[in-house]
Amino acid sequence: MTAPMTSPQFKDNAHRALGDAQLQKALGNVRHAVIERRAAAAAALPEFEALRDQARDIRDHVLQHLDIYLEEYERKVTAAGGHVHFARTGDEACRIITGIARRRGAKSVTKGKSMVSEEIGLNGALERAGVEVIETDLGEYIIQLRGETPSHIIMPAVHLNQEDVEQEFRKRHTHLDAGRNLEDAETLLAEARGILRQKFLAADMGITGANFLVAETGTSIIVTNEGNGDLTQTLPKVHVVVASIEKIAPTLEDAAAIMRVLARSATGQDMSVYTTLSTGPRRPGDVDGPEEYHVVLVDNGRSAMLGTEFQDMLRCIRCGACMNHCPVYHAVGGHAYGWVYPGPMGAVLTPSLMGVDKGGHLPNASTFCGRCEDACPVRIPLPKLMRHWREREFERHLAPVRVRAGLSLWGFFARRPLLYRLGTSIAMRAMGWLGRKRGHFARVPFAGGWTSYRDFPTPQGGTFQAQWKKREKGRQGISR
Amino acid sequence: MKEARDQIFASIRRSLGVREGDAVRRQAAEARMEAARPGIQPVRGRGALEDRIAMFTRQAQSVSASVARVPRAADIPAEIACFLRDNNLPPAVRMGNDERLRDINWQGGGLEISHGASDGSQLNSVSHAEGGIAETGTLALVSGPHNPTTLNFLPDNHIVVVRGEAILATYEAIFAQLRTRFGKGVMPRTINLITGPSRSADIEQKLLLGAHGPRRLHVIILAESAGGDV
Repeated sequence: MTAPMTSPQFKDNAHRALGDAQLQKALGNVRHAVIERRAAAAAALPEFEALRDQARDIRDHVLQHLDIYLEEYERKVTAAGGHVHFARTGDEACRIITGIARRRGAKSVTKGKSMVSEEIGLNGALERAGVEVIETDLGEYIIQLRGETPSHIIMPAVHLNQEDVEQEFRKRHTHLDAGRNLEDAETLLAEARGILRQKFLAADMGITGANFLVAETGTSIIVTNEGNGDLTQTLPKVHVVVASIEKIAPTLEDAAAIMRVLARSATGQDMSVYTTLSTGPRRPGDVDGPEEYHVVLVDNGRSAMLGTEFQDMLRCIRCGACMNHCPVYHAVGGHAYGWVYPGPMGAVLTPSLMGVDKGGHLPNASTFCGRCEDACPVRIPLPKLMRHWREREFERHLAPVRVRAGLSLWGFFARRPLLYRLGTSIAMRAMGWLGRKRGHFARVPFAGGWTSYRDFPTPQGGTFQAQWKKREKGRQGISR
Repeated sequence: MKEARDQIFASIRRSLGVREGDAVRRQAAEARMEAARPGIQPVRGRGALEDRIAMFTRQAQSVSASVARVPRAADIPAEIACFLRDNNLPPAVRMGNDERLRDINWQGGGLEISHGASDGSQLNSVSHAEGGIAETGTLALVSGPHNPTTLNFLPDNHIVVVRGEAILATYEAIFAQLRTRFGKGVMPRTINLITGPSRSADIEQKLLLGAHGPRRLHVIILAESAGGDV
């Protein structure tokens, strides 16, 4: 079982997104606020760049020793009275979790935000097993009401505007006075808080993700701002942690080291409000906390990524900085990517986990501007990895016929420099002449995809190569 | 179950091109866990006690916590009463059985005290922190009957007492202290690192306080004033 995907229709999705005025308005919040906040937080900490190097090195070390750390982690969780389950696939993970729910007779389950639970399609599986699932992160709650998936890995409802939320609350919270004032974001938050508070107190089981799994101590760590994850895991009798196998941090010190780049990269905070370290269930004498503590470790394709050119992707700590800085994400939002993980990290991870035949379009959705790599706290070479996927897609003949034909045609000329120069210089001159009056073209043959959104400027002179030659000549003249 | 586990480990080792009994890798991993060495720690949290308290205070206030300082434990009830009054809150608080709080004389503060976990019906709670982290104005709280975790999240107003000398520079310093107290590799059930009151920016990136946890976080630092006089 995995979440449904529309990644193969990326182009259609992107088209629709570009024409969606509501979405475009909402995306403005990513384009500005988030980028500025991260830059300010990074600038305020002199050690930030060195901390990024360190975080990268820790993550590399973990991946190289993953089997050993997982064994130790499992040992420590068990010693603390917890249970560790291993799941090869999303389906297996869902079966384990619905099994726990069934055994405990759980009727309602609260959930903290967890991307891996989205990946494995956990909500659907629990609902099919007759369990009510309540997402408790405010953004997740809103999109669950709307029947949507997250459009961002840390800001799941970033594709929505305040009026969308108001509309949804009026539609769904019908037990409340229809004439109530919901003008402010504060009142929307207060309404959700009131409703979810009852759900927290009534839940039979709580499910959270994990930002880190500490091998040294058998501790799972969640990092949140709302406190919903803590209410989710503290109030019910059963706490289930679902996490992917690469979330390991060897020691508490390693987790702390990565924490310092996580919040800054994600939201521009120095530290998230709640960083919670959980080790096993309720202890003797405890007056609250879960009676049972389970960890479900999900592989779902990750172990196969180790040792390949895509191993670096497993360094990812899910901060979302790459999508916050991505001009393609800014333009089309997260849903266009068609699966759980959007933006540059999604463009690399989706084909890795779901296959290049399904996710192979996504790495094409990049201008290769490199801002994602610049912002990545663990320095994942995202453009390089996207290029690897493009090569794979081409090699496996998965690219559309027109793209392949175009590339072959270009390749034919590119391998014959004389012919290439002749052809381009004729074309440039012809276009310069044709467009001399207007200064731009509204349409260019074979470039409709480009010119339907903007004009093509009339070439101003010779080809790039001709101009370069001229420039180099001039410079040589000066240096002599 | 066992089969899934074994297959995942086999797949990891196959992908990495390593064998199970590989002593060199095992040693490297075990040495790292044994040493638990801190990495780069920001300079800004370091300094003498007064510097750390000042940094902690500044950082906590910058994330919308309120901070007060009292010289003696006996002053805590009056400070709590004052905070509640200032915010128009009823003079009733819930707390665990932490000795450091129990030893305080609560008579005369005009406060109604109840003990135990929270079931969601209490408006105000008081906890005693293990320590503070100057670097980010973060409180470290440890679960147990002394300071039940529900008190950190269910009441609207969370009041936390922390001793001045327990305010350390970094997270690593707090972890080192926990190791001394609980033993290497052993942890309390829950450690809550809390930096300011609960918040959400899920609606149009507008920052709102009091999402699911407390709307107010009031920190009381117990420390004699720098000059020694009150």
